[in-house]
Amino acid sequence: MKKFLKNDAVQSLIASLLCILMGLLIGYIVLLFINSAGAGNAILDVLKNFMKTSNPERRVRLLGATLVRTAPLLMCGLSVLFAYKVGLFNIGTAGQYVAGVCASLYAALAWGWGWLPCMLFAIVSGAVLGAIVGFLKAYRNVNEVISGIMLNWIALYTSNMILTLQKQEASHYTLKLKENAPQAILPSLGLDKLFNYDKVSIAIPLAILLAVAVYIVLNRTKFGYELRATGNNKNAAKYAGMAEKRNIILTLIISGGLAGIGGAMLYLTDIEQWSVTATSVPGMGFNGIAATFLGGLNPIGTIFSSFFIQHITDGGPNVDTNLYCAQISDLITAIIIYLCGFVLFLKTAMNRAIDRSAERKAQKEKALAAEKGGEK
Amino acid sequence: MLLLLQYTLIFASILTLVALGGCFSEHSGVINLGLEGIMVIGALGGALMMRNMPAGSPAFVIVLLTLLAAVVFGMAYSSLLAVACINFKADQTIVGTALNMLGTAAATVLVKAINTAADPNNHSATIEYVEQKKAFIHYFGSFEFNWFMVIAVVILVLAWMTLYKTKFGLRLMACGEHPQAADSVGINVYKMRWSGVLISGLLGGLGGICYILAGVSQWQFEYGVAGFGFLALAVMIFGQWKPWRIALAALLFGLFRALSNVYFGIGFLAALNIPGTVYNMMPYIVSLIVLALTSKKSRAPKAEGIPYDKGMR
Repeated sequence: MKKFLKNDAVQSLIASLLCILMGLLIGYIVLLFINSAGAGNAILDVLKNFMKTSNPERRVRLLGATLVRTAPLLMCGLSVLFAYKVGLFNIGTAGQYVAGVCASLYAALAWGWGWLPCMLFAIVSGAVLGAIVGFLKAYRNVNEVISGIMLNWIALYTSNMILTLQKQEASHYTLKLKENAPQAILPSLGLDKLFNYDKVSIAIPLAILLAVAVYIVLNRTKFGYELRATGNNKNAAKYAGMAEKRNIILTLIISGGLAGIGGAMLYLTDIEQWSVTATSVPGMGFNGIAATFLGGLNPIGTIFSSFFIQHITDGGPNVDTNLYCAQISDLITAIIIYLCGFVLFLKTAMNRAIDRSAERKAQKEKALAAEKGGEK
Repeated sequence: MLLLLQYTLIFASILTLVALGGCFSEHSGVINLGLEGIMVIGALGGALMMRNMPAGSPAFVIVLLTLLAAVVFGMAYSSLLAVACINFKADQTIVGTALNMLGTAAATVLVKAINTAADPNNHSATIEYVEQKKAFIHYFGSFEFNWFMVIAVVILVLAWMTLYKTKFGLRLMACGEHPQAADSVGINVYKMRWSGVLISGLLGGLGGICYILAGVSQWQFEYGVAGFGFLALAVMIFGQWKPWRIALAALLFGLFRALSNVYFGIGFLAALNIPGTVYNMMPYIVSLIVLALTSKKSRAPKAEGIPYDKGMR
C-alpha cells in the first residue's frame, strides 16, 4: 500500500483529483452565495454537460461538439508540456496557437490550399514563433515567459491584420470555409456519421496519436532523454556533450508546432469564424497550461485532463442563466490551475507523511524486538 | 493633438502605477505575472464602490472611497499570490497565470450575479459610473485632466524614496538579490516578500481602477483589462526595474497606445495610412527588440522566481 502511494503517477493522480474536488467545492460555494436554492443543481449541470439531455442522439452530438474543442486544447496542453519537460515555461503557446489559426485560415481562403497543406502551414507558423522565443532564450538570454507574452500580443494583432483581408463584408468575422474553401475542411472519415455532427473530424484521433507520440519521444528516445536532461540541469547536459542551445531552440520549435496544429484543428472544421477585432488572446493556450498541470505533466494524463476541462467549459452554459452565468466554469478552471501550483507541496507532504509512518513502525518494531531481547 | 497628450498621460499613469507594483514585487524576489488579474480585481473593487455610492456624495469622498476599495481589493487578491508562492513555494509562473484567468472569471461571475440580483432581466457584466466618474475629472479648456496623473507622479516619487532611501526598501531589494545573505543578517525574508507582493497588489489595484476610469464611464468586466497588465510588465523590464526609467518607459509606451486610439485625428499620421493595430503592436515589438539587445546583462533581481527556503544554503 505504501509502495503504491509512493508511486509518482499515483501521487499525481491523487493531487489532480484533489485539485478538481477543491475547485468544484469552491465553485459550489460561490454559487451558494449567489443563490443558495439552485447551487447544487447548477454544479451538477456543469458536470453533466452532454449527459444533461435525455435524448441519446443529441447526447452523442453534444459529446462530439465537446471532442471537437478538446482536440485543439489537447494540442495546446502538449505544447506547454513538451516545453515544461525541458524546463521551459512556454506561455507563448497562446500566440503560437493564434499563428496556426491565422496561417491555416489564410492559406485556405486566399490561396485555396487543401486541408493538409493548410495544416502543415499552421505547424510551420507556430514553429516559427516558437523558434523566435527559443533563439532569444538560447542566444540572447531573454526569459521565455516574457518574450512569449510579447509574441502573444504581436501574433494576435498581426493575425487580425492579415485575416481582415479575408473577412465577411458585413461583419468582423472571417469568411465561412464551407462556402469559400470547402477543400480545406478536415476530412471526417465517417466520424461525422458516428457522432451525427459534421464538425467531428480526423482532428480528434490525430490529437490523441500526437499525445502518444509526444510520450514516446520524451520517454523512449535518446532525443527525448537529452531534452529532459537539458531541462533538469542545463550545465550538466552541456558538460555531458549535449548541445544545450540547440536543444532549447528545437524544443520550442516542436512546442510551437504543436500549438500551431491545434489552431488548424479547430478552425479547419469550420466550427468557428475568427473575429478580426479580437482584443484579447484566445484562452485556448492558457487553458492548455491548465490541462498540462492537471494532467500531472504526463501526455496521456493530458488527454483526460483536457477533455475534463473542455467538458466543464461546455457544461457552463447549462446552468440556469436566470440565476447564474456560464462563466462559472471558467472560474472553476482558473481555481483548479491555481490549486495546481500547490501540487509540489502536496506531494512533498504526502511523502513526508508516508516516511514518518514508516519510521514510526520501524521504531515500534525495534522497541518490540528490544523488549523481547530483554526477556531472554 | 491635445487629445493625444491627454491619452498619453493617462495611459502612462496607469502603466507607471502597475509597473511600479511589479517592480516592488520583483525586487522582493517574487515574479508577479498576475498583475493583469490584480488590475481587474482592483477595478472591480473601485467600480462596485462607485456603483453603491449615492449620486450626491462630495467629490472628495467619492475619490477617496473608490481608491480605498480598489487598493483593498488589489491587496487582498495579491495575497493569493503571496500565500502560494512564499509560504507554499508554488511555481510563480503558474500561479500568476492562474490569477490572470481567475481575475476576469471571478469579476464576470460576481458582476453578473449582482446585476441579475438587482434586475432579473439584466444578464450583462457591465457596471456604470457616469456620475461618479466626474469626481475624478477636471476640465482645463478641452483638456480632460484626471487626478490619476497627479497620483501617479506622487507614487513615483514615493516609490523611488522607499526603494532607495529607506531601510525597508534596501532590505526589500536585498531579499530579491540574495535572500540567504539577507536572512543571515536578521531580515525576515518571508515578511519582506509578503510586503513586496502586497505593495504590488496595492499599486496594481490603483492602476486597474485608473484604467477603467480613463475615457469610458462604464466597464464590461468580461473584457478584463485588455493586456495592460502585461504591457506594464514590459514597461518594468524596459525600465530595468528602476522607478524613474519605468516612468520614462511608461510615457513612451503610453504614447504608442494613445496613437492607436487617436492617430486618425492627426493629419500626417492619418495620411500615412497605417492601421491602428500597428500602433497597438508597437510597444510589444519595441520591448522584444530591447530585451534581445539588453538581456545579456539584465538588471533583473538575481533571486526572482526562486522560492525562498530557509533550509537551503
